[in-house]
Amino acid sequence: MESITALLQSIERTGAATFIKESTWAFPMTESIHVIAIALVVGTIATVDLRLLGLASMRRAYGELSRDVLPWTWGAFALAALTGALMFVSQPVAYFANTAFRIKLLILLLAGINMLVFQLITHRGVAKWDRAATVPLPGMLAGALSLGFWIAVVFFGRRIGFTMSPV
Amino acid sequence: MQALAQWLAATPASRGIAGALWLIPVLQAVHILAIAAVLSAVMLVDLRILQVAGRSQTMAETARRFVPWIWASLIVLAATGLLLIIGEPKRSLLNPAFQLKMLLLALAIAVTVAFQSSLRRNVASWRDGAPRGVMMSALAVLTFLLWCAIAVAGRWIAYLQVY
Repeated sequence: MESITALLQSIERTGAATFIKESTWAFPMTESIHVIAIALVVGTIATVDLRLLGLASMRRAYGELSRDVLPWTWGAFALAALTGALMFVSQPVAYFANTAFRIKLLILLLAGINMLVFQLITHRGVAKWDRAATVPLPGMLAGALSLGFWIAVVFFGRRIGFTMSPV
Repeated sequence: MQALAQWLAATPASRGIAGALWLIPVLQAVHILAIAAVLSAVMLVDLRILQVAGRSQTMAETARRFVPWIWASLIVLAATGLLLIIGEPKRSLLNPAFQLKMLLLALAIAVTVAFQSSLRRNVASWRDGAPRGVMMSALAVLTFLLWCAIAVAGRWIAYLQVY
């Protein structure tokens, strides 16, 4: 625990951290891009989740839709991770201690596990239900969990802003 | 505007929203989820216009799939936005970032209406595979950037407090 604190404190002393903390526009601008990136992650992944749940894009095959949309989800996720890291760097000790931040990271981890289970197990049988209106239960469950996790990520993300003390 | 903000702040509705500690963060989170739907719908329509995504779908199919989400989300955004204004009227109404956001929003709505009516009137020229031309591509990129600017102006409301 002590070594983590020391590491976080050393991050806080870097030039990048000081710049983001002291500049009037760097943090708000990074946060704005973070919101846009997360919005695109959640919205694009929702189109795939809703297809799995049988609620939208039913005339498109699952595989075709996901190959079309998910690269944009990943691009947006990379941008969200980068801007998120920049925000973290500006106050690493405070973020690390923030409960909403910890819960958000935990939910991100769960979303990742859900995706891995879906890709490695459920997706193997995709040929059988690719064009079907009703996706087998494990696929529907993955869609519902993904939708729920990402909505929760947005809620806890916004909660961080209300529970961090201003610099 | 100052008078309106002051009057709103004194209403029981405003006191109620501001007094419930959990309500404003929840309203903001719902607001962001609706922004997620709008931005993603606009991006997927624009990418279809640019012919870099959704090429298996016709322009009309793409619009039918995503444009209703823009309007539905705008209703959610207006409702949550209105409650946030009632809760903290001075924070928003007197804020240059908020005023710019409303201006850009009016422009974005006008562009969306124009796009829908163009789709209806010029079915032939929107048909699949037809090259869309430089103007149309530029308009698609600009429209997406316009919606992004609305989100940026929205976030800046928290940083440009004038009262």
